[in-house]
Amino acid sequence: MTPLLEVHHISYTYSAGTPFAHKALDDVSFQIHAGEFIGVIGHTGSGKSTLMQHLNGLLKPDEGQIFLGGRDIWSDKKFTRACRFRVGLVFQYPEYQLFEETVYADIAFGPKNMGLDESEVDRRVREAAGFVGITEQQLKASPFDLSGGQKRRAAIAGIVAMEPELLILDEPTAGLDPRGREEILDNIQAYRQAKNATIMMVTHSMNDVARLADRLLVMSGSRLVLDGTPEEIFANAQSLVDMGLDVPEVTRVFLALEKMGMKYPGVYTMEQAVRALTRRGGGGHA
Amino acid sequence: MESAVEVKDLCFTYPGVEGTPGVAVFNGLSLTVEEGDFVAVLGGNGSGKSTLAKHFNAILLPSGGTVWVCGLDTAKEENLIPIRRQVGMVFQNPDNQIVANVVEEDVAFGPENLGIPSGEIRQRVDSALESVGMYAYRLHAPHLLSGGQKQRVAIAGILAMAPKCVVLDEPTAMLDPKGRREVLDTVLRLNREQGITVILITHHMDEAAKAKRVVVLDHGRIAAQGTPKEVFCQVELLHSLGLAAPETVELCHALNRQGFSLPLDRLDAQSCAQAIFDAISGEEKT
Amino acid sequence: MLKDITLGQYFPGNSVIHRLDPRTKLILLVAYIAALFIASNFLSYALTLGFLIICVAVSGIQPKAFFKGLKPLIFLMCLTGIMNLFFTSGETLLVHFWIINIYLEGLVRAIFMILRLLALICATFLLTYTTSPIALTDALESLLRPLGKIGLPVHELAMIMCIALRFIPTLLEETDKIISAQKARGADFETGSLIQRVKALIPILVPLFISAFRRADELATAMECRCYQGGEGRTKLKQLRYAPLDYWAFGVLALLLAATVTLTVFGL
Repeated sequence: MTPLLEVHHISYTYSAGTPFAHKALDDVSFQIHAGEFIGVIGHTGSGKSTLMQHLNGLLKPDEGQIFLGGRDIWSDKKFTRACRFRVGLVFQYPEYQLFEETVYADIAFGPKNMGLDESEVDRRVREAAGFVGITEQQLKASPFDLSGGQKRRAAIAGIVAMEPELLILDEPTAGLDPRGREEILDNIQAYRQAKNATIMMVTHSMNDVARLADRLLVMSGSRLVLDGTPEEIFANAQSLVDMGLDVPEVTRVFLALEKMGMKYPGVYTMEQAVRALTRRGGGGHA
Repeated sequence: MESAVEVKDLCFTYPGVEGTPGVAVFNGLSLTVEEGDFVAVLGGNGSGKSTLAKHFNAILLPSGGTVWVCGLDTAKEENLIPIRRQVGMVFQNPDNQIVANVVEEDVAFGPENLGIPSGEIRQRVDSALESVGMYAYRLHAPHLLSGGQKQRVAIAGILAMAPKCVVLDEPTAMLDPKGRREVLDTVLRLNREQGITVILITHHMDEAAKAKRVVVLDHGRIAAQGTPKEVFCQVELLHSLGLAAPETVELCHALNRQGFSLPLDRLDAQSCAQAIFDAISGEEKT
Repeated sequence: MLKDITLGQYFPGNSVIHRLDPRTKLILLVAYIAALFIASNFLSYALTLGFLIICVAVSGIQPKAFFKGLKPLIFLMCLTGIMNLFFTSGETLLVHFWIINIYLEGLVRAIFMILRLLALICATFLLTYTTSPIALTDALESLLRPLGKIGLPVHELAMIMCIALRFIPTLLEETDKIISAQKARGADFETGSLIQRVKALIPILVPLFISAFRRADELATAMECRCYQGGEGRTKLKQLRYAPLDYWAFGVLALLLAATVTLTVFGL
């Protein structure tokens, strides 16, 4: 089966040829298959955001190619533009891009740029608003009258309305309170289930990726250093810590337990922890 | 000894726009912060925590009740500058509080405003930059620093004014985990080593867990307060407010629902693992 | 990309040039420009240019930085050169083609004009490269202070300049980000009629303005929290004080001016 997206040995340098030159991506390769939920982790400056902007053709790699559905996204101009719609990219703090007079018009901006007819635009705007919990009344309001969390969700709806096959989100929960974070993650899940979409999410929250992702990419020093299932990656917790990254708190607890002589392999989420410890025959006080 | 901050029966209503009714935030809130304390104020969006912070150095004035800062009534015009000398504020967005385009010049901004002689400003700037670990960057341009570094520069700018109290309004909301650690460690050290009173507004539970005292705000009233252990063991209450306890407490709570009886005051992985270890090995003996 | 623009770029250092009082540097720049315009023959040009080259070498700043800064101005310099080349008449005709006559005098003049512009721009770069924008602002504030008496808000202007310099890189970076984000939603800035292209700027300008206002608002609050009350009673971290070095610098430049005038007047 052809992968949905294939990244083939790409490298990219910012401000090439100046004293400020900085290699942001160094020979990165991986494939994305339809239906995956991929978490991307790595600290600031590891090249994550640069990588994201390559996947929908906003940046052109200095070396290497990116194939969408088997076709090089830079093969011709029209296709590059089409890629922007097939690979939806939600930037960090997307609420800072809202500009229209109404939430409705803002969400419609993307679909309109796709050249869809009015009824299709309308359908998509309403459906996208539904995914992120924006009400009919809020659609008519100015985006600047919404609360912080609502603005963020309206901005995400603007990308979701383009119905991308691959939805990429760069730290979609940054700066939100626990309830706001939970809402956004639920919205993403809802979209994924309804549209059978592929999701790629950059985040600093190990707890979130441990819970949601079925595959993790770890970036460090402009390179892709780890690529595997959460089990594989978190089994290697020490190497994450060495890179200055966090591990899920549950993993920390189970690492400590392991040192005390109790070994439960492959536990890194709350659910798994509860299952592992109860299956063990614990909880006799019930 | 006088309290660093004393809030008594605080009422505050944001004035309405064009005839619409105002939004009442506080309706009789009382709170005391002792000198040398480290208080974390927790709360979801709209809980009033940022509004409260703005009362601590007279950016906002009470509509009813009184706020005393180091014994000075914030409502009195003549107290404005003395209060702001005593209470420094650090805000969420690190970019929007740095005035100058050289680190040391920015740190000097406060003391310059106070009319302090040049020689002494130099001493204050150097020692403030040293205590936040940014002395090596004193000649750098702020926009090239990381988020955590910018926040530490902002903290140094406050320290250079020799305040008794520092109020930080979600200083880590826009930072990555590394930046968050840098800022939190800096603030903890200032409290410990220099006895500076710290009021930290946050929605990160792990940060609040490091405070001496936690105050949970909900819709402008205090929903819970006490030591971190006292507050975080009230897991159900926190959930009902849209907040969460630290992951370790959540884990113990989830296990207890399966019949374990683990203590809910374990705020770090090691002690949490110990509790689980004790519970399980206790069971095996019986 | 927008953030590659080196506007008001400052390269920290500790050379003699870096250590001069910023007021000295400003005054010297004005004096040097005067010398450039007085210079009119080979020797005086050699002297002024040589002086600049020595200063650049002393400053320790990479010549590359100057070339990079000059790039956007090449067109202007070429235009000046061509105008002088074609429109100067003289005695020694070098090239005659259709209605165009190029004289030796024109050629010499064009070269001199280009060199003069080059020196002028590089000298200005040398000032901004070796002086932090804040020091420069302080110097302007200090030199313009007498104008405060006739009602010019000197402190406020200096503060505005300082904040503008601080936020230009931040806003450029933000503009880059907004452009990318709107492109990700299919915004098209490259095709269409002029009106369409202007319209296409709305999704960039609206968020940018909103952001700038939000920043201004937050910055104002932060400044107030740090006891800012205007220029009254303010002191400075770095008090401007002329040191012996500055008097030497004035001396050297006085000599340069005198030499240039002498060489020009006596046509050596």
